[in-house]
Amino acid sequence: MIAYITRRLLYAIPILVGVNVLTFALFFVVNSPDDMARVHLGVKRVTPEAIQKWKEERGYDKPLLYNEAAAGGARFTDTIFYEKSVKLFAFDFGRSDQGRDIGYDISTRMWPSLAIALPVFLMGLAAYLTFALLMAFFRATYVDFWGVVACVAMMSISGLFYIIGGQYLIGKLLSIVPISGYDGGTDAVKFLALPVIIGVVGGIGANTRWYRTIFLEEIGKDYVRTARAKGLSEPRVLFRHVLQNAMIPILTGVVAVIPLLFMGSLVAEAFFGIPGLGSYTIDAINSQDFAIVRAMVFLGSVLYIIGLICTDISYTLVDPRVRFE
Amino acid sequence: MPFKLEVLWTDALIYLLLVVVALLVRHVRRHEHLVAPWRKVARSASGMAAATVLALFIAIGLSDSVHYRPAIEVRDGRTIYAVEVLSLFDKLVGKLRTQKAKTYSAPLATHRYSKETIELPDGRQVRDYPRLTYGGAHLADPATQWGPDIARRCLYGIAGGALIWLVAAALLCALLARRSAQDTGRVWRALWRGETEIPWRAILITLAVMLAVGGTLVALAAKYHVFGTDKVGQDVFYQALKSIRTGLVIGTLTTLVMLPFALALGVMAGYFKGWVDDVIQYLYTTLSSIPGVLLIAAAVLMMQVWIETHPELFDTVLARADLRLLFLCVILGITSWTGLARLLRGEALKLRELEYIQAAHAFAVPHFRILTRHILPNVMHIVLIAIVMDFSGLVLAEAVLSYVGVGVDPSTISFGTMINSARLEMAREPIVWWSLTAAFSFMLLLVLSANLFADAVRDAFDPRIRVGRSVRLAARNA
Repeated sequence: MIAYITRRLLYAIPILVGVNVLTFALFFVVNSPDDMARVHLGVKRVTPEAIQKWKEERGYDKPLLYNEAAAGGARFTDTIFYEKSVKLFAFDFGRSDQGRDIGYDISTRMWPSLAIALPVFLMGLAAYLTFALLMAFFRATYVDFWGVVACVAMMSISGLFYIIGGQYLIGKLLSIVPISGYDGGTDAVKFLALPVIIGVVGGIGANTRWYRTIFLEEIGKDYVRTARAKGLSEPRVLFRHVLQNAMIPILTGVVAVIPLLFMGSLVAEAFFGIPGLGSYTIDAINSQDFAIVRAMVFLGSVLYIIGLICTDISYTLVDPRVRFE
Repeated sequence: MPFKLEVLWTDALIYLLLVVVALLVRHVRRHEHLVAPWRKVARSASGMAAATVLALFIAIGLSDSVHYRPAIEVRDGRTIYAVEVLSLFDKLVGKLRTQKAKTYSAPLATHRYSKETIELPDGRQVRDYPRLTYGGAHLADPATQWGPDIARRCLYGIAGGALIWLVAAALLCALLARRSAQDTGRVWRALWRGETEIPWRAILITLAVMLAVGGTLVALAAKYHVFGTDKVGQDVFYQALKSIRTGLVIGTLTTLVMLPFALALGVMAGYFKGWVDDVIQYLYTTLSSIPGVLLIAAAVLMMQVWIETHPELFDTVLARADLRLLFLCVILGITSWTGLARLLRGEALKLRELEYIQAAHAFAVPHFRILTRHILPNVMHIVLIAIVMDFSGLVLAEAVLSYVGVGVDPSTISFGTMINSARLEMAREPIVWWSLTAAFSFMLLLVLSANLFADAVRDAFDPRIRVGRSVRLAARNA
């Protein structure tokens, strides 16, 4: 098992290198640091001295890949590529374009993101599984038919409408909870209630339908027919056999998402004013802060790859037919 | 010439797409085994009803993709054309675009949304809601005449729609009767009981609802702002109809960009295996490990910087907005080919072990020929399912991206920009709800019909479901 994990981690390294090179190319090759400075300072009336000063403050005045002016090893390390991209591997995110320490910001802002994402994930999973099981139990009846109709309708509504509608209905009309904002500690519950509920409701359509498909595929298999023929009641067949075997594809799909919970939902955090990593990224995009966007892209890739490795490990744990090779 | 045709980048690509689709349709019709799944799609009632609605949206989108510049005057023998670029759709709706109010107004309102100081004829000044310039301007006394006028227009609209529907139904009946050599009465009864092969009853009912609603909207839009006006006074109904084209463009052009990458790379990875497979797998794992929204945001940011530092390439605001829309489609396409490539790689891995491929190898058929002649036609069903299922997802994604700020240009009218500006209006007192409702309704209609149609296509083309159905049919007939 340890050998398998180490092998997967080693395989992840070239991928992270590739991600790094790709984001470097995207940020620095498509537009030169001069262009970025010009956009930040105003395109038309900016002096070359101001551009140079802007670049010096942020370390963009060095050559891209290879510094001929330096000596020895510094030829490669005194470049933008090393300073900005390679250092990401050490999780040294550097400073944002406004001068703040990105690493510190990330470590403080990931907790509010988690505070929303984790309850949405857990409660959502429970809700979707319940609905999907109900529809699978009553398959080929009107419950199933109207359930699917409702799912397709809910799937077709954009997440934005759920957020705006939910904020209006519950926050403004009924005034049960505040519309947006965040506070640490015990007060957090009244701020988190609305985003969590909307997050769960918004995902009902697509997820319930997906789980229902998996359950129905499982119910069509031979061993279920045998179990019924042996006289087991339908609920027992469902909970004892179908659910456990259907959990394999469900779980593996779900485990991949868990590390990404840290990143937070970009849209939900912006609408609800939650100071998490999602709103951090959106603010960076709006203010064209390239350093933060770079750091978040790298962080997202690392978490995704961890999720993939966890998925493969959970495959082997849950399904006894799959073994490491 | 009274106008000069203007072909924008997205227009050119849409025409190209139309040509490709026409060629494909001609190719499919000649082969029975390719037509069979489409016949199955045609037999699904929900799919056909959704297709009727989609046909209307596509018609609106296509008419909005023919752009021209109207001529202003002729001077010294040369015609001078306006800088403003209009579309065929703009010409058809005419007054809907030009009749703007000054600021907000509620749907079907005769007065403006906010109070202003009005000067009365006898010199006094009073603060009241002023009458709109165009909305309900034909009413002399809005208080009493508004209700009956609205009711009368609705009736006219529904009557007009019903008339068109009767004509269409009669034509359909006559066509079916001639083709099956039966009398129209019997054809009509069979149609109404839902016994025909193609679900004409569902299609006619959908058409009836569409014509009734459309008729009322057209009748009301002649004299009122049906969905109200937004902050700068533009008719919200007009905005919603224009957004349809943006949504359609994003849904289709992204697929056009994504297909070559996904097809070529996915099939090659599965067919050649070895180092080609490793390289392509590394490529799409790297690309898919970057969070989607972030990658798109980063790419759009870079594109924005590029556009701002090269302003000399764009002569009109519309050209710039159009190019940004095109770049957005390209970026979305480049970042979303990985999912389809993975599916195609799996399918190609399975196909290359089949016997006729091995026979082709034995006959020294070149690889490229095997790929195009044998592998590619057999993976087309996966491609088709992916295309139709991704369409609705792309329309929804555009709304989110425009909210984040990395979507279309703010001057382009799209569902995303409508929602973005409508969101802040909800906080006004009294609440401005009509922009959001209009965007919501139209977007829901488009995405829902796309989803239903995609479901019908998937049910017809997915081999697993096909097998299950034929087994069940055999069991039922046995």
